Amino acid sequence: MTTFDFKDLTILSALKLLKEKKISSRELVEESLKQIKKIDPLVKAFLYVEEERALEAASKADELIQKGEEKKLLGIPISIKDNICIKGLATTCASKILQNFISPYDATVIEKLKAEGAVFIGKTNLDEFAMGSSTENSAFFPTHNPWDLERVPGGSSGGSAAAVASRMGLGSLGSDTGGSIRQPAAFCGVVGMKPTYGLVSRFGLVAFASSLDQIGPFGLTVEDTAYLLQIIAGYDPKDSTSAPVDIPDFLKFIKENEKTSYKIGLPKEYFEGEIDAEMTKIILEIIEKLKSRHHIKEISLPHTEYAVATYYIIAPSEAFSNLARYDGVKYGFRVDTKNLIEMYKKSRALGFGKEVKRRIMLGAYSLSAGYYDAYYLKASKVRTLILQDFLEAFKEVDLILAPVTPTPPFKIGEKIFDPLQMYLSDIFTIPVNLAGLPGISVPIGLTSNNLPVAIQVIGPHFKDEHVLSLAYQIEKEVNMKFIPPILKN
Amino acid sequence: MAISLEEVYKIAHLCRLDFNEEEAKVIAEELSRILDYFKKLQTLDTEEINPTFHTLKVKTPFREDEVKEFPYIKDILKNAPKLYERMIVVPKIVKAP
Repeated sequence: MTTFDFKDLTILSALKLLKEKKISSRELVEESLKQIKKIDPLVKAFLYVEEERALEAASKADELIQKGEEKKLLGIPISIKDNICIKGLATTCASKILQNFISPYDATVIEKLKAEGAVFIGKTNLDEFAMGSSTENSAFFPTHNPWDLERVPGGSSGGSAAAVASRMGLGSLGSDTGGSIRQPAAFCGVVGMKPTYGLVSRFGLVAFASSLDQIGPFGLTVEDTAYLLQIIAGYDPKDSTSAPVDIPDFLKFIKENEKTSYKIGLPKEYFEGEIDAEMTKIILEIIEKLKSRHHIKEISLPHTEYAVATYYIIAPSEAFSNLARYDGVKYGFRVDTKNLIEMYKKSRALGFGKEVKRRIMLGAYSLSAGYYDAYYLKASKVRTLILQDFLEAFKEVDLILAPVTPTPPFKIGEKIFDPLQMYLSDIFTIPVNLAGLPGISVPIGLTSNNLPVAIQVIGPHFKDEHVLSLAYQIEKEVNMKFIPPILKN
Repeated sequence: MAISLEEVYKIAHLCRLDFNEEEAKVIAEELSRILDYFKKLQTLDTEEINPTFHTLKVKTPFREDEVKEFPYIKDILKNAPKLYERMIVVPKIVKAP
């Protein structure tokens, strides 16, 4: 046993220690589980912890390491958002309607992680069916921000972000439909990436809004995030929306381009209006530092202010359709009544939570006869304008830098009773999903209240390696460790 | 824009959802506020704009039409509320012709 601080470990540094036999997978996984026992009663990032399975997998990984087997994640503890299927484990989507559902197969991303020897330590909490920005919409319990337990970790992948920030596992996978990876990453001081739509297979991800959903990684560093993305990316015949494109070597690219100069755009619409002043100051300071290497100029994305309205018509419309399958007939929660329609209605009324019902209703309204043109079709046309804004901008610049959120993490209970306020907190992440672009959130500092502040890098379609590259440069420039105070005592 | 209780019940029926009066009042108010916010889209002229339903220009790739065994039938059946041999027993959902 050597001396090292578990808090300082990353996926890549742990792999090195494993290879040098300075640590075993068993020790790594035990440490993650110890951390969960100590901290998760307060943070509540996990819906289920798979202690026995994880320890068993770790022992197997150690045997393989002894034999000299080389796999990309052999023995590394990872958590998974509970809307991604792992065969034999529950997948609840933090919903009562799926409370007893056991995944019959692995999602493609899980198959890929398993093939590389990853150890799954548990499934993380989320807003029910990934609908929300605070993880308060979980049917089971809210997750708390490890930086300040009275605050939200963000959402919907709040459990994954809080788990990685609390060093409960070394990485995680989440899903991002309107900011659900980037916003919680920003709130918890970790790196989180939404890849280009189509880069990662969504087979085995429970669908929310299919033209927007994308699986992506969380890591403690940009390198770890790039490394995880490498493993999960690629065309999958089981997901017809996954794209048959060549996947570059992300890690190699970001190392080779450590000093590359980029043309960077700052969309003025993302720096106007009600944005937290202290947060803006920290963001502008880092932008100032980047000017020594990069060409930075102001750009305009004129339809930004329409993005939230557009998204909250399109996403609920798709959700209305996707969630029609939860009818209590073949699986899932059912209330038995004599009348069939009553059975559907009661099962869904009791099985779904408030926000999910609100969105199903919004979707049905937007798609219904007499309103389709004014809502769904109109929003789909405005989506074209939002996409065109970005395509125009990328004729002039390589990448875009912007805030991830308008404010640092808000208090639990602060917005949950005002859905529109909650929706508006997604203003800077939503346009990226509407346009199908890659985006990453990188922590860059702390407020005077010791809350994480992040910056977002946005790139053109399938330029994920460029997004990672600038994120890597920013991380080097910031040169800070983000360790929540809860880990220090 | 106010949405009436009657409309809430009508949409709820389309969604196969059920709200009591108190819940319906709350959701009517919430939906009204949200739909009101959506009005800002009406200020944009989109007459000449095509809708976007999918952001990528990538064509759906074709694959060979080969039969592949699905190995997880037993696992899927485990989630069924009731089984008769390999069949899922469900409430009667179709009317006799």
